[in-house]
Amino acid sequence: MDIGEGDGRARETAESVARRSYGKLVAFLAARTRDVAGAEDALSEAFASALAHWPANGVPDNPEAWLLTAARRKSIDTARKRRRGEDASDHMKLMADELASANDNEIPDDRLALMFTCAHPAIDAAIRAPLILQTVLGFDAATIASAFLVAPSSMSQRLVRAKTKIREAHIPFRVPERADLRERLDAVLEAIYAAYSEGWSDPAGADLRRRNLAEEAIWLGRLVVSLLPDEPEALGLIALMLHAEARREARRNALGDFVPLSEQDPSRWNTAMIEEAEQSLHRASTMHAIGRYQLEAAVQSAHAVRRLTGRTDWVAIERLYEALWNITQSPVVAINRAVAIAETMGATAGLSALDEFVTDSRLAGYQPYWATRAELLARAGNVSEADAAFERAIGLESDSAIRRFLQKRRANLA
Amino acid sequence: MQYMLLAYTDPKGFAAMKPDDAQKAMAAYAAFGEALRKDGLLVSSNRLRPTADSTTVRIADGKTRVLNGPYAETKEELGGYFLIDVRDLDAALSWAARCPAASHGVVEVRPVWAM
Repeated sequence: MDIGEGDGRARETAESVARRSYGKLVAFLAARTRDVAGAEDALSEAFASALAHWPANGVPDNPEAWLLTAARRKSIDTARKRRRGEDASDHMKLMADELASANDNEIPDDRLALMFTCAHPAIDAAIRAPLILQTVLGFDAATIASAFLVAPSSMSQRLVRAKTKIREAHIPFRVPERADLRERLDAVLEAIYAAYSEGWSDPAGADLRRRNLAEEAIWLGRLVVSLLPDEPEALGLIALMLHAEARREARRNALGDFVPLSEQDPSRWNTAMIEEAEQSLHRASTMHAIGRYQLEAAVQSAHAVRRLTGRTDWVAIERLYEALWNITQSPVVAINRAVAIAETMGATAGLSALDEFVTDSRLAGYQPYWATRAELLARAGNVSEADAAFERAIGLESDSAIRRFLQKRRANLA
Repeated sequence: MQYMLLAYTDPKGFAAMKPDDAQKAMAAYAAFGEALRKDGLLVSSNRLRPTADSTTVRIADGKTRVLNGPYAETKEELGGYFLIDVRDLDAALSWAARCPAASHGVVEVRPVWAM
């Protein structure tokens, strides 16, 4: 096919509408048909038909509305095929009315409702984040599978299963009422944070797809804040993600080697992101409802203060991890608290805080536990045990840059 | 949209109750069913006899095999059901949480296959 200038422009417009409006269009259709997979199919056919029509007939004035009309027609067809029996015609009329009722110039934004559907307690917790990435952002199953280290075929199978359950069990598309909102929002925030964490775990900075995942997670976090501006934990999560993102470049040096937070050059941190994070966290704190994400963001804030004072506020960090431990009882939090104790009261105190978890089976295969142990043992002068702990940490690490970093630390022991 | 609320409970727990408590427990189920009926949401409901009274039938190789007992031996067994007609899964889940079985057993919420 000859791709002329018109084709190029049509494609560009279609792509930019897809980027901007994909989730909004899926959410609009799915909220009215309850059929997420059907909405996705209808939309992808609408995009295909846009690419066929627009080069010849010109790009319409309102491309979003054009796509919605095409997708709407298609999804009514699909629902008609699925529905049989007495109530089919009534149901179809109701649905057609509902789909037609929206003013084309102002498509209602149901993305938040869609996110709550995807993060519904009736949906398997492990598939919530992938489901949100696919439906709201349009990621394909293969991309999501590679980010979450799952085989593509089983990822797409699990996504299909979840969408079938949404449709067949009538999981509602709506933002929960006040009484349930906080608890349900937690699941949405958890899914966004899971997506961010997948995108963050790339110290070499080589994997563009992962980086994209982090940016998209921040975009979703911002979307939640814009639609629910009075939720302190949503603000806390955006602050946490921005603080982490601000240090992305500083995580590696010119040679691509891993640089731990304590050795990073603060002038390489992204000031604009840190400032936005601080503002979000400040706004959250005026709402007087502390939670996990606000506390974690506050920890990052106490690290970020080093760019102004030259010193990390370890006393604050220790207190914050204490509070986090009370909420989460997470051994990962306990490790971080031990690091903070080592900074405020010395390596031996840090080690004894860590010793409380020596029998916790969840930590036996957790690299940061062994790396932390090794660092603290080394600082306390216990070279032989530090060496053994480093060996264990190196054996557990899958990222080659971090492995190199740990090997260097181990070699410096003697 | 119809959902079947399947109440799984340990029949031993019920058998061990004093008559007074057993009556209270039964009354709680009756009140739950009544609340559903008053809201016009109840399609049907029944309490089931314990699995000791159960018989299973299976045809294999053209032969009918009749066995004493339930399909699967479990500590908690299906003790009754409520077939309800509500708006969506959230509504079904909130009714399931009010079912007494949710407090001393589990309630499984199954959407009815729409034909």
